[in-house]
Amino acid sequence: MPDGASPILEVQGLQTVFRTRGGDIHAVNSVDFHLQPGELLGVVGESGSGKSVTMMSLIGLLPSPPAEVRAGTVRFGGDDLLRMPARQLRDIRGARIGFVFQDPMTSLNPVFPVGFQIMEPLRKHMGLDRAAARRRAQELLELVGIPDAARRLGDFPHQFSGGMRQRVMIAMALACDPEVLIADEPTTALDVTIQAQILELMKDLRERLGMAVIWITHDLGVIAGIADRVMVMYGGQVVEQAPVRALFARPQHPYTRALLQTVPHVTGARAERLKVIEGQPPVLSGPPRACPFRARCAHAFETCARANPARVAVGPDHDAACFWDVDRGAPRHV
Amino acid sequence: MSETAMSDRSPRPLVEIRDLRMHFPIHAGVLRRRVGAVRAVDGVSFDIHEGETLGLVGESGCGKSTCGRAILRLYDITSGSIRIEGDEIGTLGQDALRPRRPRMQMVFQDPQASLNPRMTVARIIGEPLDEHTTLSRAEKRDRIYELMDAVGLNRNFANRYPHQFSGGQRQRIGIARALALNPKFIVCDEPIAALDVSIQAQVVNLLEDLQDRFGLTYLFISHDLSMVRHIADRVAVMYLGRVVELAPRDSLYGAPLHPYTQALLSAVPEPDPDLEASRRHIILKGDVPSPANPPEGCNFCTRCPQAMPICHRIDPEMREPRPGHFAACHLHDPDHIPTAGSTAANDQPQQGE
Ligand SMILES: Nc1ncnc2c1ncn2[C@@H]1O[C@H](COP(=O)(O)OP(=O)(O)OP(=O)(O)O)[C@@H](O)[C@H]1O
Ligand SMILES: Nc1ncnc2c1ncn2[C@@H]1O[C@H](COP(=O)(O)OP(=O)(O)O)[C@@H](O)[C@H]1O
Ligand code: SF4
Ligand code: SF4
Ligand SMILES: [Mg+2]
Ligand SMILES: [Mg+2]
Repeated sequence: MPDGASPILEVQGLQTVFRTRGGDIHAVNSVDFHLQPGELLGVVGESGSGKSVTMMSLIGLLPSPPAEVRAGTVRFGGDDLLRMPARQLRDIRGARIGFVFQDPMTSLNPVFPVGFQIMEPLRKHMGLDRAAARRRAQELLELVGIPDAARRLGDFPHQFSGGMRQRVMIAMALACDPEVLIADEPTTALDVTIQAQILELMKDLRERLGMAVIWITHDLGVIAGIADRVMVMYGGQVVEQAPVRALFARPQHPYTRALLQTVPHVTGARAERLKVIEGQPPVLSGPPRACPFRARCAHAFETCARANPARVAVGPDHDAACFWDVDRGAPRHV
Repeated sequence: MSETAMSDRSPRPLVEIRDLRMHFPIHAGVLRRRVGAVRAVDGVSFDIHEGETLGLVGESGCGKSTCGRAILRLYDITSGSIRIEGDEIGTLGQDALRPRRPRMQMVFQDPQASLNPRMTVARIIGEPLDEHTTLSRAEKRDRIYELMDAVGLNRNFANRYPHQFSGGQRQRIGIARALALNPKFIVCDEPIAALDVSIQAQVVNLLEDLQDRFGLTYLFISHDLSMVRHIADRVAVMYLGRVVELAPRDSLYGAPLHPYTQALLSAVPEPDPDLEASRRHIILKGDVPSPANPPEGCNFCTRCPQAMPICHRIDPEMREPRPGHFAACHLHDPDHIPTAGSTAANDQPQQGE
């Protein structure tokens, strides 16, 4: 990972609220993170922790209303994506930032052949003519490992299996050679054997194309296999951030620790009893005034109910948002 | 293979499945004529012992749910034998099944979809009591409270509706309902798949506690191989409507024999970056063939990294290369003499009597 280089994407103080009839939902609270050129940033957290909303906020994909991006800056190149005319943002989205979502059926249009859907952005954003766009579309399908690509350009999404559709989605996201690829749980709906194919493809594509990737997942195994750096989200906040090895070897936030202890493995020792994280994730009905994890935290003490911990450095390029020092077993000095 | 071959030869198993088939007809054309069949379950045999958890794993569409539902006779099965406590239920009609239903229950994947949104928790849990018992109102209420306690639901929530609960709590409601009639055998069909990682462990521990407390026997269907390793005593691996390997947990995870099981296990990413950096994943090519049109020979031959010429012609028989460890693969078939056109092993691979 090219360390020290300036980030390709830098998010600061991002805050997103949904205004619903049942009241406001504070889905994303003061989220800061950055993405270095060429790196793969893994984002983990349970469902509802704000992973998708964070990424959708950056690129203006949330429906408003009910969503309201209330604060923050998103530096991409020299621009702030949050303060950019809608048209310009649309162009960036199609060309310089690519996406892959969990369910390819929601992003592929069922009534058009996939070839047409890949060619569209090529013609629009890269100004390719029909023949050139077609050649490139075929090349892309070959790149993501779809056999018999030339013929399959004419097929409709339902004619592909789940794994193949996800490959098509990746091909579409890569169509214009994006600098950043955002993948939101792209393998969650797939079988492990197909997931293994996609992860292998991803490693290969990164070697060949060198783009930076944000990979959202709730699967710690996937993170361990592909991420350079990891950001852990809980209750709409980033609670820990570290290089992948450090995160697994020395997790510093009680949530990350508990999460790592709760998952069973297919190899190695087998525990007779699973460790659990008691309780449930928080309801994000108000701005956070306390630690979002406190109701489930084994280390919670008075301070945790009085203030929301800020992220503090706990190691090289490693920070955690917690008042407790898990290594020393005492409140953290700040 | 003998009657006892799929078991470990201890006392009579609680559940005995022999050559179970569940085919769904495919209709086409204006006359809706029958043009073929989806062979969702195509000759499955195994035993489940009392108090045991048998894990059933495999890729999406391989027939796990169909198998579980067929065993509970939620379908009229195509053929085969299902014995529960020695009692043959494979051929019974729905009327004859009704008094036997309380013994066997199901917990579903999606707690949201499987609970009636217009019924209170108390009514949902009490419904089987209404149908199958003559308890008084007060007795029913006591039983409902008892069940709520057993699964860790607060009694004060008895009059709430499913949408007022989290996913994990809804799954507890589903489990309480399944327990209402004191079943012996429960098919758990992906009971944790819809839950968050941090909630999955809560539900799995609950299932284990209930098993100890009430002596339950589980068929635990899941595509989560790590969780199955945690909860199961023995594991059956399905591929395209067949069980391809069946073994005690440690034997299956420690030394899988079937190339499909090997690929499946190697595909699971481990939450350990150092291990992942050194692990070699077997990457299978392509997708699972359609169960309406399974390949000739071994079901797995279109994707198997070790396929041999014989695999494309002859369906491998289930063997027992290690005591209690079964696999259907020619690699573990020491005395197979490959003769062109041989049909001996072709038809009914799981029947030797
Ligand atoms: N009622 C039905 N009619 C026709 N085909 C069916 C029916 N139910 C299941 N099938 C088919 O049978 C096969 C096995 O399905 P089943 O639901 O048992 O798979 P599964 O292993 O439980 O998969 P998953 O992991 O996705 O739950 C699939 O091809 C499925 O499409
Ligand atoms: N359209 C919406 N309307 C209201 N609330 C929403 C909407 N989309 C997401 N949320 C809420 O925002 C929070 C974060 O959601 P999300 O980012 O999708 O979580 P994740 O991707 O981490 O599972 C959750 O509380 C979710 O319920
Ligand atoms: S701040 Fe307190 S409650 Fe929050 S994770 Fe740290 S110790 Fe636990
Ligand atoms: S029988 Fe042949 S194709 Fe089937 S699993 Fe064994 S080696 Fe592979
Ligand atoms: Mg999401
Ligand atoms: Mg199923």
